[in-house]
Amino acid sequence: MAKLTLGPLLFNWSAGKRRDFYARIADEASIDAVYLGEVVCAKRAPFSDPLLPDLIERLERAGKAVVLSTLGLVMSAHDREMVRRTCEVADRLIEANDLSAVHRLAGRSFTLGPLVNVYDEGTLSYLAGLGAIRACLPPELPLKAVRELAASRTAEIEVQVFGRLPLAISARCPHARAYKLHKDNCQFVCGEDPDGLPVATMDHQPFLAVNGLQTLSGAYANYLGDLPAMRDAGVQWFRLSPQDCDMVRVTMIFRSALDGACDGEEANASLAGLIPEVEFADGFLGGAAGRSRCKPS
Amino acid sequence: MGLALELVCPAGNPAALRAAVDAGADAVYVGFRDATNARNFPGLNFSRKEMTEGLDYAHGKKVKLFIAINTFPHAGDRGPWIQAIDDAAAMAVDAVILADIGLLAYAADRYPDLRRHLSVQASASSADSIAFFSERFGVRRVVLPRVLTVDEIAVLNADIDVETEVFAFGGLCVMAEGRCSLSSYTTGQSPNLNGVCSPASAVAYEREGRDMVSRLAGLTINRFPEGEAAGYPTLCKGRFSARGTTSYLFEEPTSLNTIDILPDLAAAGVSALKIEGRQRGRAYVAEVVASFRRAIDGMDGGKDGRVRLAAMSEGARQTEGVYRKSWR
Repeated sequence: MAKLTLGPLLFNWSAGKRRDFYARIADEASIDAVYLGEVVCAKRAPFSDPLLPDLIERLERAGKAVVLSTLGLVMSAHDREMVRRTCEVADRLIEANDLSAVHRLAGRSFTLGPLVNVYDEGTLSYLAGLGAIRACLPPELPLKAVRELAASRTAEIEVQVFGRLPLAISARCPHARAYKLHKDNCQFVCGEDPDGLPVATMDHQPFLAVNGLQTLSGAYANYLGDLPAMRDAGVQWFRLSPQDCDMVRVTMIFRSALDGACDGEEANASLAGLIPEVEFADGFLGGAAGRSRCKPS
Repeated sequence: MGLALELVCPAGNPAALRAAVDAGADAVYVGFRDATNARNFPGLNFSRKEMTEGLDYAHGKKVKLFIAINTFPHAGDRGPWIQAIDDAAAMAVDAVILADIGLLAYAADRYPDLRRHLSVQASASSADSIAFFSERFGVRRVVLPRVLTVDEIAVLNADIDVETEVFAFGGLCVMAEGRCSLSSYTTGQSPNLNGVCSPASAVAYEREGRDMVSRLAGLTINRFPEGEAAGYPTLCKGRFSARGTTSYLFEEPTSLNTIDILPDLAAAGVSALKIEGRQRGRAYVAEVVASFRRAIDGMDGGKDGRVRLAAMSEGARQTEGVYRKSWR
C-alpha cells in the first residue's frame, strides 16, 4: 500500500503562515504522515518549536501520523541539546537527520531522513538492526540503487517525489551572505524567501535555491511519471516536500496518481497547470544529472 | 619547541608518496585506483603492486601508510569496497579511512586489529555522532568536517576519547563533506558515489569576447575578465547571481592554510594535521609537507615558509576557513 508523506517544512515561515498551512493539511489533504521540526537551522527553532504541540494535536485529530524530525547539521553544544530534547520525546516516532540522533535513538523504533547517508544494503541493515524501520533515501540515489535497498527488506523505503531537493548544508549561511549579512547577525532574512532564494548562473540560467544554511535544487523534483516504476522497485512511502504553493492540490494530484485514478501524463499536466512558473527535474532517478528532465511533462 | 601534531600527507601516485615521506610526513594517505576513494581521478592512485611498494618505502623510513576507502558502496555492488578493505588488511597498512557504516561494521567485525579512522566524508561533527562511530566500530581517530571553529574543536575534544585530525592546508569544502550532491545535481557524478566533485570531464573553458568563461556540464560557473586568472570551476567556488547581484555566493576560490594557527590547533587537543591534495604533483607535495614539518618542529623561520605556501595556494589566496567564527 503506497503511503504519502509531507516532509519537514524546510523554509522559515512565520508562525501564522505555518498554522494556516498545517490547518489546511489537517483538514483537506489525504496524507498518511507529516514530519514536523526544524531540520535546517538551530537559530530558527525558538520561533517554530513553541507551535509544535498545537500542530501535532491538530494533525493527529485529523488522523495524520506525526513524526518529529531532528536537526541536520549538529555542531555546537546548543545543537546537541536540541537533538537530545527531540530524541527524548518517548511516545512518538523520530526521524534522525544526523548520526548524533541515531546514537540517541538506537534501541527504539525510528526513521532515517535523507540527510543520513544510506547508500547500500550493509548500512541499511546495520541501522535497521538499531531500530530504523524506514529510510527516506539521499536524493542522488538512482532507482537501481533504490530497488536494491528495498529488496534487502530490512527497512521500508521512502523517496522524495516532489519539491526542491536538499543538496547541501554548510556551517556558513549563504542566505545571510546574499543579504550581505553574517550568520551571527542574520536578522533571519531567510524568512524573506518562503520558497528559497533563487540562485542563477552568471548567464541568468536558473540553477539552485538557498534556504538558510541549506542549498536546494532550483528545479522541483517531480517524479509523477516514475511512480509506477518506483512502486515496482519496492518504494512504499512517497514524500512531498512543502513548497510555497497550493500543497493541498499537490497532495491530491500525487494521491490520484498513486491510486491509479489518473495516469502520469494527466497528473503531470495538472501539476504543471498548478505551478506553471516552476521548472521540474527527475534526473537523479535515472542516474543522470539531478537537474535534468527525462520524463517530459 | 615542537608541537605534538602528526603530519598526515597526501599522495596520488608513487612519486608523490616518496616525496611526502622524504619531506617529513609522519603518515601518508593514499587510495586504490578505483571508485572506492574520494579522489577517483584519471591517472591517479595506486595499483595493488604500487601500494605494496609504497608501503615498504614508507615503513622503511618509519612513516605510516593510511588507505582511504571513503566513498559509499553502490547498492547491490559493494564487492570493490569489500575487496579494498580485505587488501588493506592483508597488506597490514597502519589504518583504513572509512566513511560508510556498512563498511565500518564489516571492517570492525572481520579485522578488529586493523586500525580504523573515520573519513571526513562521514560528517561526524558532534560528540554524539563521534560516539556512535567509536563505540560501535572502534574508530580510533576522526577526521573532522570543516564546519567547526577552533573553540568548538577544543570543546569537542574534551567530550570524546578518540583522536581528531583536522584539515591544515589545501582545497576547502564549504559544504559539510559527504553530504553534498551539488556535483551530481549538475554533472551526474558525485563525491559520495563516484569519488569526484565537479569532474574534469565536465569542464570547458571558452573565450567570449575578452572574457574567459568556465563551464561545468554546460553551466557557466565563472567568468574572468582579461588579466584575471581563470580558476577551476569547482561548483561551490563559482560566481552566481542572487537578488540581482553576482558574487562568490558560497566561497571565494581560496585555499585553506592553518600555518599561523598550529599552536591553537594543538592547544585545542587536535592529534593530527591533514594536508589535502592527492591530485597534486610531487613538487607541490614536497614543498607543502616540508613547510609544515618545519612549522610543527618549531623550526619555521616565519616568513619564508609562508611565502612558499602562499605560492602553492589556489588563486594565491588563503584563508583559515571555518576555524574562525567570522567565516560563517
